[in-house]
Amino acid sequence: MRIGIVCPYSWDVPGGVQFHIRDLAEHLIRLGHGVSVLAPADDETPLPPYVVSAGRAVPVPYNGSVARLNFGFLSAARVRRWLHEGGFDVIHIHEPASPSLGLLACWAAQGPIVATFHTSNPRSRAMIAAYPILQPALEKISARIAVSEYARRTLVEHLGGDAVVIPNGVDVRFFADARPKPEWEGETLGFIGRIDEPRKGLPVLMRALPEIFAARPGARLLVAGRGDEKEAVATLPEELRGRVEFLGMVSDEDKARLLRSVDVYVAPNTGGESFGIILVEALSAGAAVLASDLDAFAQVLDGGAAGELFANEDAEALAGAAIRLLGDPGRRAELRERGSRHVRRFDWETVGADILAVYETVTDGAASVAADERAGLWARLGLARDQARD
Amino acid sequence: MTTLIWIAAALVLIAVYLSWTAGRLDRLHSRLDAARAALDAQLLRRASVAQELATAGVLDPAASIVLYQAAHAARQAEEEQREVAESELSQALRAVFAESAQVEAVQEAPGGEAALGELTEAVRRVPMARRFHNDAVRAARALRRHRTVRWFRLAGHAPFPMAFEMDDEPPAALAARTV
Repeated sequence: MRIGIVCPYSWDVPGGVQFHIRDLAEHLIRLGHGVSVLAPADDETPLPPYVVSAGRAVPVPYNGSVARLNFGFLSAARVRRWLHEGGFDVIHIHEPASPSLGLLACWAAQGPIVATFHTSNPRSRAMIAAYPILQPALEKISARIAVSEYARRTLVEHLGGDAVVIPNGVDVRFFADARPKPEWEGETLGFIGRIDEPRKGLPVLMRALPEIFAARPGARLLVAGRGDEKEAVATLPEELRGRVEFLGMVSDEDKARLLRSVDVYVAPNTGGESFGIILVEALSAGAAVLASDLDAFAQVLDGGAAGELFANEDAEALAGAAIRLLGDPGRRAELRERGSRHVRRFDWETVGADILAVYETVTDGAASVAADERAGLWARLGLARDQARD
Repeated sequence: MTTLIWIAAALVLIAVYLSWTAGRLDRLHSRLDAARAALDAQLLRRASVAQELATAGVLDPAASIVLYQAAHAARQAEEEQREVAESELSQALRAVFAESAQVEAVQEAPGGEAALGELTEAVRRVPMARRFHNDAVRAARALRRHRTVRWFRLAGHAPFPMAFEMDDEPPAALAARTV
């Protein structure tokens, strides 16, 4: 099957959606399908052979953070060319409702279109204003995928209709087989995420730390992620700062080893999460997970069966739960065991098969993808110049 | 003179808008046809595999009869009874494959593994295809209710799209299987 995937965000900037697309493309290629990914990227960035650049992305504030997006004539032309040259059986657009490549591809294509909705924002004013403009493009999508039940609910609220839920995939084996690092072991808490982004929740964890460190004198915190380290520990008493270790940005291998090594992985995110892939990765690596009770997290953790939940933004609840977990190896082993059974549904084997099933379902009764020659009236009157082309 | 030009311009604009809306509607109708065809294919596939399993002699006689009867009815159903017949097939499948022991028994029979794989695929894809179909129905209905479409009869004689409502809950023992 020839599959075209459209990535809305810059390929050179790391992010959940980009990683998901990379893993999906590589999984499909391993299964023998022809895959081409259209993604915004700087012209000098080295790209894997299956990625086609859609030009440079422009940083604009969108959706609460600065996103690097594509729009304008040049991008639209590149989308059309990609569609024309690709000869795809199906195209898979990610984030079709964001003002970027996804939406452009939706405009420009016709035929079987699958779309994955990653974000789940509460209804925004921009969405309401854009609804009549979006609708003609979105109604071309033959199959919608939401990454979680929560994302599906917001999608149905915003745009009506329905979607199937297929979670994001994780290479479970990669995390399960990672070797623990001795210096990261021994009563350690782990945190991975941007340090300076408050919604990742590090400040909440910092508020809980004094209590945790007082109750567990041997405990340490390992933090992996970009950001200002001094500012992050500013609220912490001087003598405790030595027990927080910053690892900076870590490679994928080190991330897996870190998750294998820590006793408890803490995810204190305060909002804006639609899935929580990091939790699945932590579960795959066999870490006991302690997460805030966001809808998306509760769902990934099977309502608290595969990991512990605490009330969002409640530092005391976080401290209490962390102290209990650190002091109870039996409970941690139980969570580990349940977690490793639970993550099987997130493995690429399962997720990839489901996504392929969607592709096959939409291509069953339809022609292949083509550029949408919206010649409209002219074509119908027989006056279009490029009519003979197809 | 200027008035005439204005009127002509307005007429052209209206014509372009109507043509564009008709194009949208046309595309929605073909998406609907494709979704319906895909749903039909999945339902038929499910009924065929169920019937094959029922006649293969790997299930006990009672289960075989129940499954055969339901699969046969689903394949033969008239358009109006289709939703009911397909729902009954779902119920029959759930009743037959209620326990994982039954699934294991089929697995051990020669060719059972392949047949189960096909059935698992089918019971997973029916709900998918149905969601996509009903999503297309909703989109087409939303546009057809628009006054431009109603006043200018842009939909022509195409029948008003109807959602396909049925019970498509897969049997628990099969849903847990990884394909």
